[in-house]
Amino acid sequence: MRVYLDNNATTIVDPHVFEAMEPFFVQKYGNPNSLHQFASDTHKPLKEAMQKIYAGINAKNEDSVVITSCATESNNWVLKSIYFEYILTGRKNHIIVSEVEHPSVIATAKFLESKGCKVTYLPINNEGIVEAHTVRDFITDKTALVSIMWVNNETGAIFPIEEIGEICASKGVLFHTDAVQAIGKLPVNVQKANIDYLTMSAHKFHGPKGVGALYMKKGKELTPLLHGGSQMNGFRSGTLNVAGIVGMGKAMEQAIDALDFEISEVKELRDRLEDALLEIPDTFVVTPRSKRAANTILVSFRGIEGEAMLWDLNRANIAASTGSACASEDLESNPVMEAIGAEADLAHTAIRFSLSRYTTSEEIDYTIEVVKNAVNRLRAISSSYAYAPEGHESKL
Amino acid sequence: MGIDSLIGGTIWDQYSEKVTCLMNNPQNMGEITQEQADAMGAKLIVADFGAESCGDAVRLYWAVDPKTDVILESKFKSFGCGTAIASSDTMAELCKGKTVDEAIKITNIDVEKAMRDTPDVPAVPPQKMHCSVMAYDVIKKAAALYKGVDMESFEHEIIVCECARVSLSTLREVIRLNDLTSIEQITDYTKAGAFCKSCIRPGGHEAKDIYLVDLLEEYQKEKLAKQADSSYDAPFAQMTIVQRLKAVEKVIDDNIRQMLIMDGGNIEILDIKENGANFDIYIRYLGACSGCASSSTGTLFAIESILKEKLDQNIRVIPL
Repeated sequence: MRVYLDNNATTIVDPHVFEAMEPFFVQKYGNPNSLHQFASDTHKPLKEAMQKIYAGINAKNEDSVVITSCATESNNWVLKSIYFEYILTGRKNHIIVSEVEHPSVIATAKFLESKGCKVTYLPINNEGIVEAHTVRDFITDKTALVSIMWVNNETGAIFPIEEIGEICASKGVLFHTDAVQAIGKLPVNVQKANIDYLTMSAHKFHGPKGVGALYMKKGKELTPLLHGGSQMNGFRSGTLNVAGIVGMGKAMEQAIDALDFEISEVKELRDRLEDALLEIPDTFVVTPRSKRAANTILVSFRGIEGEAMLWDLNRANIAASTGSACASEDLESNPVMEAIGAEADLAHTAIRFSLSRYTTSEEIDYTIEVVKNAVNRLRAISSSYAYAPEGHESKL
Repeated sequence: MGIDSLIGGTIWDQYSEKVTCLMNNPQNMGEITQEQADAMGAKLIVADFGAESCGDAVRLYWAVDPKTDVILESKFKSFGCGTAIASSDTMAELCKGKTVDEAIKITNIDVEKAMRDTPDVPAVPPQKMHCSVMAYDVIKKAAALYKGVDMESFEHEIIVCECARVSLSTLREVIRLNDLTSIEQITDYTKAGAFCKSCIRPGGHEAKDIYLVDLLEEYQKEKLAKQADSSYDAPFAQMTIVQRLKAVEKVIDDNIRQMLIMDGGNIEILDIKENGANFDIYIRYLGACSGCASSSTGTLFAIESILKEKLDQNIRVIPL
């Protein structure tokens, strides 16, 4: 059995999505901006796909949902354009992000900091959540932008986006949310949440890799990051990724259709896995279930380094993830574990399981069995559970 | 850089088969209890190194014969990733049967080399080298405990990287032994600089007496100075062991190695020991050289002659 529980990293492409994309490689391969039938063949499918993407987040027709190459591009675009328009011109000097944003926000914010922009990194509370009042506390009359993710990729924690949107609107500050982990997991409504900019990525909801989008509210359009042939109304030049856009549209439609399934059936499987994991001694899960996306568990097994656990899971053909030390190529511990104030000894023990609507009950049963065996094996090796003679002083 | 650096996530692909096998089935994993040590008539040593909060911790158990100082049994427990477990396992294996003084001489490089499948392919990627450094540190800790060196003496060492608790002497030694030239390499080998980063250069949140950039500069100056007087050649007998190894490597590189490689072989310098008035240089033939008839006659004679000529008349070369 091969079990894929790393759906917050990427997802399997929905077969219907794959099918919808196929004609646009060897049959309808025209450039939509050309003036001939090959181009015209793409127009209707592209329009339908765009309508599905708009509908999926309740965007108005006069708003702009610009297709990009990925969420990283969308996030970079927002922060850098705000820098060009507001910071560099001296109108404002400050942006606010949370300390647990995706690297495409954090690293961009740090880059802008090096260029003279002031950045506030909002803390999360011990449930892994950014509290809305902290946004209010840090907004000044020089704040140009607040950028807070909708759902955290590590923990699945849902942030109070509607409240934050309201605060930003009342203070006249632009509000961006990275909704990459929210689409298909909970209802996303840009009108209701007072959102000016919203980032999404097709491959996180069973669409293809290489396609993202940025929603921009009417009147809040950003300066382009990519200049060129004026595609996408000049907001984002570059030949349209026809197959990718069609795939994203289909994936969005499927994700919206599957939303009820996600918050009932997927949640049930997730809860069953989580209950079983919590039966293992010295184990804890970050963020209460009621405040988390239905598919995610960030669990800590005391005494087991994250990469060692991934190793044993991988040997049993189970894919999971860790943001901690060894698996990512740097040596940092999991930033969320540090931010929630978990014991220092647990900083390197976090494992993320993220399910999807393709996860089966059998896969969960198998995973529970494998995890239990791995915990037993690795704790037998672990120095955290080792014999010491009387009077042994373990600290250096 | 270049093509191999553009796609990430390849760390596991670079582990040797041995590392993989040891992670799956560590051979020396376990504990030695006081009762077991007593039954062997041995002194039990339990040494810890690293910390879970830093991502790696190891506990080494030795049962040492108090009459001969021989390590009768050696076991480990480890919190860490696959390479940390494999390195700890290899380190525990290398300790067995050695005296405590011999064990102190085991380096992180010995541990890493012992995990290689083939002599010239590293067992782990560079960012995992710190695992073997930890295995080497815990041996020193165990030896200090056995010899009754005051635990406090560790606290009095100058710690350059507090987060990873890496001392000045460890850093100097690792930089020299491995000829490190960048902060990234230091971090890969020792973990120093991986965490709060204030030990890398001035300007971090904590002021330090000495920074990693200073140590790199110090080593570069030292190398330049050595190159400058290499034309006069300090007497071989007055060199430190590290200098001797480097000097021998250089003579082999400049005079012998190219010929061996052209014939599909190579040579590895294992150790240099003083034996009375003689310097015994232990070597190992690699590839086509091992088993070649000339390796114990003509080639060996050539290697010994050039080393005698360039370094010291009392050198003897002993192939293993």
